[in-house]
Amino acid sequence: MADNVKPRVKVPKSASAGEVITLKTLISHTMESGQRKNKAGEIIPRSIINRFTCDFNGQNVIDVTLEPAISTNPYFEFQSQVPEAGEFTFTWYDDDGSVYTETKAISVG
Amino acid sequence: MTFTRRETLAIGLGGVAALALPLQAAAMVDDKIAAFTGGADVGEGGLTLTAPEIAENGNTVPVEVSAPGAVSILLLAAGNPNPDVCTFNFGPLAGAQAASTRIRLARTQEVVAVAKMADGSFVRAAQEVKVTIGGCGG
Amino acid sequence: MNKAIARGVGAVALSALSVTAVLADADDDQLVINGEIEIVTEAAAAAHLENLDTVYSGWRFRKDETQSAQADDFENPGFIFVETAMDSWNTVEGEAGKSCASCHGDPEDMAGAKPTYPKWNEKAGEVRSLEMQVNGCRTEQMQAEEWKYTGSDMTNMIALLSSVSRGMPVNVAIDGPAQATWEKGKEMYYTRYGQLELSCANCHEDNYGNMIRADHLSQGQINGFPAYRLKNTKLNTVHDRFKGCIRDTRAETFSPSSADLVALELYVMSRGNGLSVEGPSVRN
Repeated sequence: MADNVKPRVKVPKSASAGEVITLKTLISHTMESGQRKNKAGEIIPRSIINRFTCDFNGQNVIDVTLEPAISTNPYFEFQSQVPEAGEFTFTWYDDDGSVYTETKAISVG
Repeated sequence: MTFTRRETLAIGLGGVAALALPLQAAAMVDDKIAAFTGGADVGEGGLTLTAPEIAENGNTVPVEVSAPGAVSILLLAAGNPNPDVCTFNFGPLAGAQAASTRIRLARTQEVVAVAKMADGSFVRAAQEVKVTIGGCGG
Repeated sequence: MNKAIARGVGAVALSALSVTAVLADADDDQLVINGEIEIVTEAAAAAHLENLDTVYSGWRFRKDETQSAQADDFENPGFIFVETAMDSWNTVEGEAGKSCASCHGDPEDMAGAKPTYPKWNEKAGEVRSLEMQVNGCRTEQMQAEEWKYTGSDMTNMIALLSSVSRGMPVNVAIDGPAQATWEKGKEMYYTRYGQLELSCANCHEDNYGNMIRADHLSQGQINGFPAYRLKNTKLNTVHDRFKGCIRDTRAETFSPSSADLVALELYVMSRGNGLSVEGPSVRN
């Protein structure tokens, strides 16, 4: 696992049934592009988050394929329907095989 | 100053090589789009790409794409060493076929988005983003 | 070309420069963070500033996209590091078996500290930056190892301490026992350094609002530090920024944590008295 990887998500605590809400996510990650060289002139190997997904109660909201042109500390903002109360699952997939997951519950009322 | 035949040939080849670089980048973008569309025609309209006209720093450029009714949106940076940026695939619970992120642009260039619509058609949008150099480097 | 003509051309160039300055001055945008913390980004200059009428936060010199990243803590990547510091705040370290929280409670209880630093410390008999104070806590109260002055542990903690004081006016004391240090910092501010023979004032007092290459020169205020820079995508400390600036004048620079840079920090911070604490800010 890469150092100091910390996922952050912003989800409203509640919504009305069927409402469309805005979600924001940010994960601390260097997103090493594989284009940079170190002081010795050697290429620093690529090491990025290559996929991000968001699901709600098992159904997909968004599935993103990331390339090295995504900035350090990848940020995404998108919208989701909230058909009922439940839980969002956010998952980030690292080149090194690590998987980072964050969940957030939302109530409907 | 006179050139020998061999020198002239070398200069000519150099010119072709220099010309080939941007052409190569454009060809790479075309290839990426073709891979996404499967070679289908790409139209215009129905896809909005929002990016700053001038980015304060190419390292972190905010970009937003929106295409109501799209299944997925491909984002490319035509002037980067590798034009791939990301692909947004919208699931059944997507509240809108729109997303924002922050991207790296190596230099002033065109950012290109291609959306695949639910009916299988494709549309394209592009915007030039000027990337400025910093102040004194501090 | 004779000297008179050269002077004339120089005057035309200078007046062109001042026209640019008017056009490219700080913008009129207002900053409210999370829809609730009102940030003062423009204030009447303190009486000790002889050459400025108004002081502006560096935020006012940035483009809209950069500005908006600071208006919401979630969009501000500096908060990744503030959250990391929250963990440090509650971590027990050292022989005394204490964490920051053992003595200070919640980080919010430290609101009001950041706007007064650098500050005279009677016991130590010196002006101390907030970093020095944190390390004082670590070695004396916690009996723990010092943090590296511009290392990530320290910088994250300064960002946390700054975040809880956002919106409060910078108010460093420049008189009494701090005066000698402040005078030293002021002298440094107006001293031309390096092969380029540039003082802080040459860029940040005489030419703020103008372009330096493709960048918009600010007043060099430090109310927003630590600053998350888009350029290097991390938190940047005041002393590292000073070091970078002085290095770019092609000078042998001062070391972060040195008494020289603490003096310069006190002076530059005092130039922003009246502006709100903003750190962690977002800059280019």
